[in-house]
Amino acid sequence: MTMSPAAGGLAPSSTAERGARKPLLEARNISKYFGAVVALEGVSLTVRAGEINCLLGDNGAGKSTLIKTLSGVHPPDDGTLAVDGEPVTFSSPRDALNAGIATVYQDLSVMPLMSISRNFFLGNEPTIGFGPFRRFDSGKAATIAREEMHNIGIDVRDTDQLVGTLSGGERQTLAIARAEYFGARVLILDEPTSALGVKESAFVLRHAIAARNKGLGVIFITHNVQHALPIGDSFTILTRGRSGGTYRRGELTAEQLHGLMGGGSELEELQADLEMLARREEAGEDVPTVPLGVDPDAVPLGDEPPAP
Amino acid sequence: MATSTAEPASAPGSGRLREISTVQRLLAKPAAGALVIVVFVYIVFAILSVVRGNLAFLTIPGALNFVGVASQVGIIATAVALLMIAGEFDLSVGSMVGFAGIMIGICVTIWGLPIWLSILIAMALSTGLGAINGLIVVRTGLPSFIVTLATLNIIAGLSSVLTSSVTNITFISIDRAKITADPLGTIFSWKLSFVFDGATSDLFVSVVFWLAIAVLGAYVLGRTKAGNWISGVGGSPAAARNLGVPVARVKIALFMSTAFSASILATLQSMQFASADIKRGGGYELTAITMAVIGGCLLTGGYGSVAGTALGALALGMAGQGIVFASINADWYLIALGTLLLAAVILNNWIRRRFAGLR
Repeated sequence: MTMSPAAGGLAPSSTAERGARKPLLEARNISKYFGAVVALEGVSLTVRAGEINCLLGDNGAGKSTLIKTLSGVHPPDDGTLAVDGEPVTFSSPRDALNAGIATVYQDLSVMPLMSISRNFFLGNEPTIGFGPFRRFDSGKAATIAREEMHNIGIDVRDTDQLVGTLSGGERQTLAIARAEYFGARVLILDEPTSALGVKESAFVLRHAIAARNKGLGVIFITHNVQHALPIGDSFTILTRGRSGGTYRRGELTAEQLHGLMGGGSELEELQADLEMLARREEAGEDVPTVPLGVDPDAVPLGDEPPAP
Repeated sequence: MATSTAEPASAPGSGRLREISTVQRLLAKPAAGALVIVVFVYIVFAILSVVRGNLAFLTIPGALNFVGVASQVGIIATAVALLMIAGEFDLSVGSMVGFAGIMIGICVTIWGLPIWLSILIAMALSTGLGAINGLIVVRTGLPSFIVTLATLNIIAGLSSVLTSSVTNITFISIDRAKITADPLGTIFSWKLSFVFDGATSDLFVSVVFWLAIAVLGAYVLGRTKAGNWISGVGGSPAAARNLGVPVARVKIALFMSTAFSASILATLQSMQFASADIKRGGGYELTAITMAVIGGCLLTGGYGSVAGTALGALALGMAGQGIVFASINADWYLIALGTLLLAAVILNNWIRRRFAGLR
């Protein structure tokens, strides 16, 4: 495991700025094992109100295990979680929700075959009436869902419309709006942009920023450095279950982040090949359709540790 | 996605929604296909009865007849549909009907218990078995199709063992005088008789039960918190759990309700026929699923309709009795049933894509 000199902690320059904001949620030296597999070892993560912390890592780096630990799905084998500085134990996702920690999972947040308003209130249904006549207040649900969807920029004429008719970005924002409405203080977004197109990704990123501006703490999980760099206040790197350090905005370039995530050398090589091909094309030479230098079968991206 | 360049607060609209007519909105309901099927089946058998020269299908006694047939399996179909919407199957309802009936028979004739108590014991035992079905499914995480296929056989075997150990026959007669003297016996054997052209025809209480259960089921699914949970559990159990829905409790309650509705049907049949037979209810499990599927329920869960399921029961009742009225060989019933099922699935699928906007 090779690390850059800055790895292992925050740069001192940002200490004063951080002092003003109390951590909403902290993971301290979390370890999680599945049998012989080390999913996480000694990973720490902090999210403060009004900040976006991007959790970066390649596939299999342990990002999912970490957020499942933060959201009460898996109890950690070692280390502690703290909310507002107080150590807590979550025994179910409900506990985490009650502590104001809401997780928006990539594909598991909404039901495509249920209406917008029913999705919005699933598990938190408003009711009217008493005793055996207590029933789902569909009028109230529709009004609130329409309002909240409007606030995040989706105009819904008919909240009875099935969520399956919405685009991927709209579904993600529905889940974000719902989490905010039900009092989330920390929003964990699990790869919200990985299945989305460019415009839709921008739409979702915009809402992550809007949530931060409202004073929420946001943990944004991604393996896409281009999505993380413009919105992140801090960046925590995860490689093969271990922390690759936390950095403040502006401390690292995209290339350095890629390097820390473990795929940097491959991407650099690819870039060099592409530039070379472009030069040859300009010069009017024959360009092979397969890039030179890299055998696509021989180099699994991200399997190598970063170059020192 | 047209909003990506706009400020979120100004919300200019996603630009992908269009105004839709009331007709389209109705067609987007999951029961729409079942309604089309019912009308289609009625027209087909109306034409057939004219062609074959037997107009019984079109008369009120004819309607009472096919509604009575529809009500039988229709009583369990509501609960089966709700369970399917929650993403699970209950195949054991078929042998549960025989089991509950034989329990009433044993309690009344062998142990000499009053009818009302026997009915309550049979209902309690069946509902308990339903809870066991649910617990096994929830605890093991195995597909309910397999778990209830196992319990279908276990319960059928249990009924045989019980009856053969106490009576040596698989059929128990119940004294009709006892039934008419008992409050619950009276309710479950009640019928309204009409005289048309000198012939009597009956409206059985099973029709009332069928409609009442369907209305209750539709209310629960469409108007209550529990109904939202049922759809959510079927849509994605993991997501529903993350949102705080008690997934296991919802599923177990639904397995109890399918078993309970099977015991209601068993009570109606044993009171109406004044007998219990372990063979009763055989095959009902798949007929109930057929009704639910015609009614727009997806086998994969998360989507469906109780009203549609009741319409599905009506369509099968009409087809079954329509063939009898038209003096067509009864073997054709299975062909009609299979064709209806296939047509309904294709129709429902098309409607879902075309009108509910799902791809």
